[in-house]
Amino acid sequence: MSAKERAAGSVANYVDERTGAAKWMKKNLTKVFPDHWSFMLGEVALYSFIILLLSGTFLTFWFDPSMKEVEYEGNYGPLSGLKMSAAYASTLHISFDIRGGLLMRQIHHWAALLFMVAIVTHLLRVFFTGAFRKPREFNWLLGIGLLTLGIVEGFLGYSLPDDLLSGTGIRIAEAIIQAIPVVGSYLAYFVFGGPFPGEVFIPRIYTVHILLLPGIFLALITVHLMLVWYQKHTQYPGPGRTEKNVVGYPLMPIYMAKAGGFFFIVFGFTAFLGAVASINPIWLFGPYTPAQITAGSQPDWYMGWLDGLVRMAPPLETHAFGHTISWNILIPGLIIPGILFTGMALYPFIESWMTGDKREHHLLDRPRNVPTRTAIGVMSLTFMIVTLLNGGNDIIATHFGLTINQIMWFSRIGVLVLPPIAYIVTKRICLSLQRADRELVLHGKETGRLVMLPHGEFIEVHEELSPEKKWTLTQHEQLPQLEIAQENQSGVRNPKGLRAKLQQRASRAHQEQIEKPSAKDLLELGDGHH
Amino acid sequence: MTTDNHSKEIAPLSDPGIPEHVHRRTDTDPKAAKKAERQVAILFSISAIGTILFVYSYTFMSGDIFVFLPVMGSTNAKQLFLGLGMAISLFFIGLGAVHWAKMLMPDNEIIAHRHEFRSEESDREDFVKTVKAGAEAAGLGRRSLIKRSLGAALGLVGLTPLLLLRDLGPLPKDDFTKTSWKAGTRLVTDPGNRPIKPSDLEVGAVAQVLPELQPGELRKLENIGKDAVLLIRIRPEEFQLDAERLSWTHEGIIAFSKICSHMGCAVALYEQQTKHLLCPCHQSTFDVTRAAKVIFGPSARPLPQLALMIDADGYLVAKQPFTEPVGPSFWERDSA
Ligand code: HEM
Ligand code: FES
Repeated sequence: MSAKERAAGSVANYVDERTGAAKWMKKNLTKVFPDHWSFMLGEVALYSFIILLLSGTFLTFWFDPSMKEVEYEGNYGPLSGLKMSAAYASTLHISFDIRGGLLMRQIHHWAALLFMVAIVTHLLRVFFTGAFRKPREFNWLLGIGLLTLGIVEGFLGYSLPDDLLSGTGIRIAEAIIQAIPVVGSYLAYFVFGGPFPGEVFIPRIYTVHILLLPGIFLALITVHLMLVWYQKHTQYPGPGRTEKNVVGYPLMPIYMAKAGGFFFIVFGFTAFLGAVASINPIWLFGPYTPAQITAGSQPDWYMGWLDGLVRMAPPLETHAFGHTISWNILIPGLIIPGILFTGMALYPFIESWMTGDKREHHLLDRPRNVPTRTAIGVMSLTFMIVTLLNGGNDIIATHFGLTINQIMWFSRIGVLVLPPIAYIVTKRICLSLQRADRELVLHGKETGRLVMLPHGEFIEVHEELSPEKKWTLTQHEQLPQLEIAQENQSGVRNPKGLRAKLQQRASRAHQEQIEKPSAKDLLELGDGHH
Repeated sequence: MTTDNHSKEIAPLSDPGIPEHVHRRTDTDPKAAKKAERQVAILFSISAIGTILFVYSYTFMSGDIFVFLPVMGSTNAKQLFLGLGMAISLFFIGLGAVHWAKMLMPDNEIIAHRHEFRSEESDREDFVKTVKAGAEAAGLGRRSLIKRSLGAALGLVGLTPLLLLRDLGPLPKDDFTKTSWKAGTRLVTDPGNRPIKPSDLEVGAVAQVLPELQPGELRKLENIGKDAVLLIRIRPEEFQLDAERLSWTHEGIIAFSKICSHMGCAVALYEQQTKHLLCPCHQSTFDVTRAAKVIFGPSARPLPQLALMIDADGYLVAKQPFTEPVGPSFWERDSA
């Protein structure tokens, strides 16, 4: 035994005698993780969160979360002598006087954008592969919680520097609060400590941004990961992969090295963006004042869809009995987002109701094999993309020589018409992909080689798939439609008739499939493939 | 209604099982392994060079050199090289580790087994028994007096945090409906705080104004957020206003609240040709000639108009306060 081994051994012994950790570690160090590029999306989210913690803590050392008015006397000439809030002045200080300060600000902001991109793409992966099914519904809900908080956290961070853009964003948030029926103006006064903008908002959101929400993030992320650990990772279907096993590489050393290395890659990547790509150059916008605005003002991308919804809302307000209800704010600002996020959160339960499937699933779906789910996903994405595009309508207008009017009407109509079209088209595409899979399994791959048969006819040579490939294309189960009794034995209508009927229809839609090749099909073909 | 016993359909083929492990070059050829080892070491060394670049830029580079980057434009060299150094130092550690894992660490796939999460039936029964026994021991079922009073007490405790949050802000009272504008308040330029005569504004001109401060008064952002007004001068014959609103103008000068009636952004863009005011936030567009009627966008109301007149010294003043609240709507807002 070398000296090093002896030293390590005595440390391990010390810890184990006090915690009994060896048993647990022994088991978990060889924990198996399946490998797939799409499993890295969640990792990117985790790593960008860590980068946010590190860069954010650096920023707190100089950032002054105060709305007290100061006169700027720092290094940036063009703003010299201007009145501004201490928050804005300290952000200028970080950007121009602290070595690496601007770099850290840009890393923090890029990491925030990356964090949200990673969460959203991770969510899409989980959705389209059906990873949210039993037993992973809790993690789906935690994920929706993290997404929602991420949007809030990002918005609050964007608001901290108190530049003209961020102040405009706060102004709009205040208007949404103010528009809430009955309690709106009271809530707004409580949040802002009086009339907008007041002097307490930034100090308050600062606490939320650097303490409250990061704390909640840490707690939720921990539970999220513990569940992944405990429930074991899902895996893509393939030879040897079943609902009862998990195939992959052991945590130690492969997965540790890859994941640890990947953290540095993500950090290096954000540092690169922070180095070369300017983001939120607040000194160009100037300090916030309610009477000014910059043209082409844009929120960060993850708020763009909300902005787009607000922009396309019809100008509706109700005035009655001395009260005002602003539908033009409430519908795009609260009601539609509320419906979207609730629907998203409930989707696992809705789907299990539609299919009647209450079993555990650990093998992922290929999206084409679940056409209805895939179509619902693409439909929702289409909705989001139209709203996101409308959020940038002024920029699109100037870039493509269109008028805002044209884009607005395109969006207003498109947001209603395009999602259903996307649903139908996606479903069709899935079914034809299923048909193509069936053909492949039964008749093999086209090779492009032609041969002449003795009687002069030309045929193309088809190459049989490998047994592994065939298995991958046929391993999925095709659930039968639910058979729900509309009447009971004595002919009395099922008291839950309407619900049963709905479920029956949902199930029928959901189980629409191209029948996969059966054993019989394969047998009949025998060696008859060309 | 829903069942758990979907028959698992018979798979048409049998699972061929995990394909045989294919060895990498580095597994079989010691030379290839040696080469991979060298590659990993090179990657780690590049990282070290990145750190040196970082230290160099931090310590020795001057902060006011600018270099031109394609697409990005002029960039501060110090910040650029600090960032690049850091990026290189981090990125190549990662690359090295991944390359190491991919080329040299064993790549045999291993299989672990899953178990159903549902507990054994007996454990579930025991669990129910334990909970019931616990509740029984506490006497929750029998001692309803305790249960009820505890429920009430817990509910009341919930009031504490609510009450504690009460002092977050004052009550709005009628603040939302008031601005600093009164009858006779002079309009002053912003910036500059100079009173304005009609002759200061040419036809086609637009100016941002605020109410004149009384001696000793300070202007806060929250005042600007309600008081900001746009003055616009057009030819009087271009107005399409009713008699009352026309009487609020002066020689073609008309004044509107600059705070958008949609969500409160500054309505800052004036198109001289069309006489339209445009709010850049969500593109609500208001027609100046028709008392800021909404002609496009999500806003549901015109911008409030401020009645103007001339005081004894010939300066523009407000004839009366705004007749409606300025800015975004709120529940208590009374008037269309
Ligand atoms: C999910 C997590 C987070 C997100 C999405 C996020 C997002 C943001 C964004 C977009 C900004 C504006 C940056 C700019 O352009 O100036 C910001 C500013 C800031 N953030 Fe965060 N942040 C997160 C976590 C944190 C944490 C954990 C801390 C501190 C412990 C922190 C501290 C700060 C500070 C001090 C500022 C203002 C300084 C400045 O803008 O220069 N953030 N944040
Ligand atoms: S705030 Fe002016 S259009 Fe929305």
